[in-house]
Amino acid sequence: MPEIRNMTLNFGPQHPAAHGVLRLVLEMDGEVIERADPHIGLLHRGTEKLAESKPFNQSIGYMDRLDYVSMMCNEHAYVMAIERLLGITPPVRAQYIRVMFDEITRILNHLMWLGAHGLDIGAMTIFLYCFREREDLMDCYEAVSGTRMHATYYRPGGVYRDLPDRMPQYEPSKWRGEKEIKLLNANRQGSMLDFIEDFANRFPACVDEYETLLTDNRIWKQRTVDIGIVTPERAQALGFTGPMLRGSGIAWDLRKKQPYEVYADMDFDIPVGVNGDCYDRYLVRVEEMRQSARIISQCVTWLRANPGPVMLNDHKLTPPNRGDMKGDMESLIHHFKLFTEGYCVPAGEAYAAVEHPKGEFGVYLVSDGANKPYRLKARAPGFAHLAAMNELATGHMLADVVAIIGTMDIVFGEIDR
Amino acid sequence: MSDAKAESLSALLRELLGDALLELRVERGELTATVPSTEIARVGLILRDAPQLLFKLLLDVSGVDYQTYGQADWQTQNATAAGFSRGVSKASEAHTNGDHPARFAAVYHLLSTVHNLRLRVKAWLSEEPPRLPTVTEVWPSADWYEREAFDLFGILFEGHPDLRRILTDYGFIGHPFRKDFPLEGYVEVRYDAEKQRVVYQPVSIENRTLVPRVIRSDVIKGH
Repeated sequence: MPEIRNMTLNFGPQHPAAHGVLRLVLEMDGEVIERADPHIGLLHRGTEKLAESKPFNQSIGYMDRLDYVSMMCNEHAYVMAIERLLGITPPVRAQYIRVMFDEITRILNHLMWLGAHGLDIGAMTIFLYCFREREDLMDCYEAVSGTRMHATYYRPGGVYRDLPDRMPQYEPSKWRGEKEIKLLNANRQGSMLDFIEDFANRFPACVDEYETLLTDNRIWKQRTVDIGIVTPERAQALGFTGPMLRGSGIAWDLRKKQPYEVYADMDFDIPVGVNGDCYDRYLVRVEEMRQSARIISQCVTWLRANPGPVMLNDHKLTPPNRGDMKGDMESLIHHFKLFTEGYCVPAGEAYAAVEHPKGEFGVYLVSDGANKPYRLKARAPGFAHLAAMNELATGHMLADVVAIIGTMDIVFGEIDR
Repeated sequence: MSDAKAESLSALLRELLGDALLELRVERGELTATVPSTEIARVGLILRDAPQLLFKLLLDVSGVDYQTYGQADWQTQNATAAGFSRGVSKASEAHTNGDHPARFAAVYHLLSTVHNLRLRVKAWLSEEPPRLPTVTEVWPSADWYEREAFDLFGILFEGHPDLRRILTDYGFIGHPFRKDFPLEGYVEVRYDAEKQRVVYQPVSIENRTLVPRVIRSDVIKGH
């Protein structure tokens, strides 16, 4: 009698569908998964330990690099934790800007997810569609912070600076003629808010386009319906949050249930799934993009009508005005102290959580009264989701593993930290 | 969490946990319950199943090493008399745990989606190596979180089904998030062209403190 053995397959870390550096050891009986053992840590950079050796403000940039497709949301949790320990509240305008950029970030993240998820399971076009809109949002990041990805825009006490009055425009080059540039710059003539408003208005039609490609697509449904089903009970036991939890039918969203910043004043809905499979989670995320566009529009309206400060005026915590610094001794001292030593945060501990595009992103901060965090722990949603890989993949075919990795919205920056 | 809500939750916890509740603190609207490390699994069951609580979601398990808590690199009281130096002397002081009952603590963050509650549960670990029972039976999500705390802090979770390292390299030695583990580590890797493989060697970089750790209580008060 021939010996029958299970096959062990190494999936990744250099596999295009492994979303970065996931090494998955799969034990398979034929093409059916018997056990999946994810090996993580290939992108472990010790962010939390590094943060312990730096003044509080110098670690904001590290937060961008955790989940590197939803940068500002990571910053938000960190900045909120510091603000809670300091006992300060940023100006309302800063809170609106944060909410607006959180939602822009959510769309950015979901577009990246949708494109990559589609590409993983065979839909090429959607990737190109998604990146077209992503580009505009990246420009918003750039206009406001100077960088397209790692913004470091949120600061304890507000945001780094107010929204620019003029949206940066494309310039003619060897590859792009005057006529083409004029077309590209058509919606960039006014301020940044005009540009964002224009985006929020046309974005729902873009989502319709994505949906035409996928929602009723036979192949898409064959690949996602009834794959990776999670019951509501099980989703909670496994520590799921965000779309992974809502896909299973639990209407839990921190923006509604424990509103932070100005989310309490926003009008939006939380989509929930019914079956808890990959297809439902797809529908949930697509609807979230539409809701985000709604929130962005509301923020734009408010921000237009209410100019004001975007940073606290307390120069023990926030840098003084550049102009003051040149002529005023006290401002100069404040500036020097802030950028060399930083500020001390009262002893204690705080946990601040935001509804990150992937789930609940929390920062647990322990301070001993120094100018550096004593301990910083980032609670990454993807970590709990990936931990459930074995349970979700067991019994499915090899090709479904790719769909399950996709639906979890895995980004290794936050899982490995 | 509002004050009234925190108040009622505190009363409820005192009633349900009884002796297993060593301390209950409300700080900035966040509740922290300290429990004996040996009781953690039993407490977990109560917190998860009591109909008034239903903490079904374990969001996070985090180790904390309190070895150098409250220690600054610089003492600035007599700065004007003696003058500053840029140098930072390391580990000159005795480790005190900053008046905490033990060096290590395991911190659990819980969430109840039914009642919209949050709770932080803390267990001090006085043994060496630090150890406490696993809660994977109560919350399956604890699996990886406990592996992480074991990997980074060397906390042993007794009864854990598969307590392997998770974030560090295969064959890594030590627990990097402990305060006595240097930031730059002990070994570095590079590709050796002769051996045609990646080799480990002692680190060649030196730890530099760019910004000294200072604690200024006066600034906070005047704030």
